[in-house]
Amino acid sequence: MTATVPTGTSAGAPTSDVDPFSHEVLEDPLPMHEALREAGSVVHLSRYDTFALARYDDVHEALLNWQDFQSSAGVGLSNFRYEEPWRPPSIVLEADPPRHDAPRRVLQKVLGPRALRRLREGWAADADALVDEVLARGTSFDAVRDVAATFPLRVFPDAVGIQEEGREHLLPYGDHAFNAFGPANDLVAKGTPRVAELSAWVNTQCRREVLAPTGFGADIWAASDRGDITPEQAPLAVRSLLTAGVDTTVHGISALLYAFATHPDQWQRLRAEPSLARTAFDEAVRWESPVQTFFRTATTDVRVGDVVIPEGRKILMFLAAANRDPRRWADPDRFDLSRDPSGHVGFGMGIHQCVGQHVARLEAESIVTALARRVATIEIAGPTVRHHNNTLRAWESIPVRVALD
Amino acid sequence: MTATFPVTGTGAADVATLRVTGKHVQADGVLTLELASPSGSRLRDWTPGAHIDLVLPNGLTRQYSLCGDRWDSTTYRVGVLREPESRGGSSFVHEQLQVGDLVGVGGPRNNFPLVPSEQYLFVAGGIGITPILPMVRQADLLGADWRLLYGGRHRASMAFLDELAPYGDRVQVRPQDEFGLLDLPAFVGEPREGIRIYSCGPAPLLDAMERTCAYWPPSSLRVERFVADEAAAPARTAPFEVELARTGTTVTVTPDLTVLEALNRVGVEVLSSCRRGVCGTCEIPVLAGRPDHRDALLDDDERQADDCMYVCVSRSRDERLVLDL
Ligand code: HEM
Ligand code: FES
Repeated sequence: MTATVPTGTSAGAPTSDVDPFSHEVLEDPLPMHEALREAGSVVHLSRYDTFALARYDDVHEALLNWQDFQSSAGVGLSNFRYEEPWRPPSIVLEADPPRHDAPRRVLQKVLGPRALRRLREGWAADADALVDEVLARGTSFDAVRDVAATFPLRVFPDAVGIQEEGREHLLPYGDHAFNAFGPANDLVAKGTPRVAELSAWVNTQCRREVLAPTGFGADIWAASDRGDITPEQAPLAVRSLLTAGVDTTVHGISALLYAFATHPDQWQRLRAEPSLARTAFDEAVRWESPVQTFFRTATTDVRVGDVVIPEGRKILMFLAAANRDPRRWADPDRFDLSRDPSGHVGFGMGIHQCVGQHVARLEAESIVTALARRVATIEIAGPTVRHHNNTLRAWESIPVRVALD
Repeated sequence: MTATFPVTGTGAADVATLRVTGKHVQADGVLTLELASPSGSRLRDWTPGAHIDLVLPNGLTRQYSLCGDRWDSTTYRVGVLREPESRGGSSFVHEQLQVGDLVGVGGPRNNFPLVPSEQYLFVAGGIGITPILPMVRQADLLGADWRLLYGGRHRASMAFLDELAPYGDRVQVRPQDEFGLLDLPAFVGEPREGIRIYSCGPAPLLDAMERTCAYWPPSSLRVERFVADEAAAPARTAPFEVELARTGTTVTVTPDLTVLEALNRVGVEVLSSCRRGVCGTCEIPVLAGRPDHRDALLDDDERQADDCMYVCVSRSRDERLVLDL
């Protein structure tokens, strides 16, 4: 790809005119990731006049260092210092300490491993039921439409406690929110006409009187009764789950199923050792990085390698490129259950590290364990189709054929 | 100003064993310790009201509130009062602990978080100022309306007066030998909505605060009672064994290894992520034995249950732990 060859320097950084949000790159971002990683610690992206980090060590450091790399100016390309956000900013994702502290603390408890223990059995049963339904219809199905996009929508909205009606709005809302972290391109334009309608529905779901009396939503409101967050923050904390918790897991589970369909030996390993399900999901999150990128803004002139990124400038962190950096991972392009994927940055790292990661893992573990119980082999049965999103590495369709025991 | 990345390691040993890099007298009987990672790496993040568990070289574990600057990612500061009845915690810190010594550190954990509000009242007695100090800084930074009433036996025994001076009349310094007992009802005033009251100090002060605020809306008042300087089971510095219940394998964990590393060495895979005891990924059920919890996740009740541990940082108080692995 000639576009990623450095074309000059800025602030001492090599420059590239690649557009990471073009359809060509979204279809297959791996060559661009490699080119950026190899060009230097920091690459200036001339098209957006922004700085990119693609190596594991640099991305990892930037994620941990909230003091110099802030989130409150937005974690997309848009700089909230000068530009109006498309919706009121998130009180967790788009906040810095000290304002980040209280809502983060509440969500961490509500979504913590201990809190999820009571969901485990039910989700396992739901997963078995879904797998039985799908296999009853036949041994050829779409791994995205029939499994990955179905299972999270069966368990997660109930766990939050939102109403049944209108749940079909969740995926388009999330898709637009993740597009909106990128530039105002055709993907954003495509979602814009429905923003008002979708936002209105989502905002309604966050209200106390609409939420079920038990669930993550009710737990968040209970925290506001205790004064741990304010009543104004409670609906925004619920909104953060509805925005960040649906598309991510759909594409995360799709990535896992695609990985198994294309690595039959790894599926056999999982079948032989079902306790590998958890590691397998994290390996898929490393390998595919369903959330590809997030931005930060420099709060000071910050040095990365030989480059000083000036204060106030946007920095694009390529989580996906870091997760396949050969400086950190042996044979990074291999999906391999014998690898220890610990330390990947697919869920981020540091104070903003995905607060829903235990939810995502439990969903993935439930569904893949249910499949492994019945499915002996799984293979691709037709052309696969990507779904383009400015932030997510996503799938539209993965036709598969399975053999049962 | 140009910031540079500090050199970081990802190993838990880096954040669970710190070096004393400063020891300063703050007031009569009060000193502050500064702690940093031997490699200079980033420490675990903290929020005002948080404390760390300090595992002293004599094996005793003591809790101290953090009172430094969270924007300084490589240094912790704690304040330590010399307790007349000390059973080896504060007297050890005052008399024996030296700059350059290594100490074990658990947490930071926060049982006393500053919740969002536009108005705060802070009441500190004596060494109870330590968690309050970063809170007033934060309240000020957020532009909240706040006041602090700070009591102590006499002026010379009250720490951080110099750091509080710039806040002017937001801070009322009331040493007992000059002003008598703190006039809590006058400071707190009539019950009102929308104000958060934080208090830390000796038990009689906190009891008086609870009486004074009895008719305030629920959860207006938040207090932190310092755990008495009592004898808790000392942390082990000797090796311990970890038995894996499902396979019957036994692994020895030497002081230079984390439990996670020891498990990995014998080929037992445990998924981890932060390796700092903050994300919760490496939680493992504990079937027997008492872990030495060094994470920043479990609250006090959850710790007491001793039914799980974060193997990236936590260790053992007993010779043998049995894990559900
Ligand atoms: C495979 C699935 C998922 C992936 C790959 C993922 C990825 C991420 C990443 C990379 C971040 C860090 C953002 C940053 O540093 O700026 C993040 C944050 C977040 N995630 Fe997830 N996520 C997933 C699932 C979920 C789920 C299921 C939920 C809700 C239950 C959720 C809720 C959140 C929230 C609220 C934040 C903001 C946390 C903060 O800023 O403190 N995510 N996620
Ligand atoms: S790996 Fe994060 S708590 Fe242990």
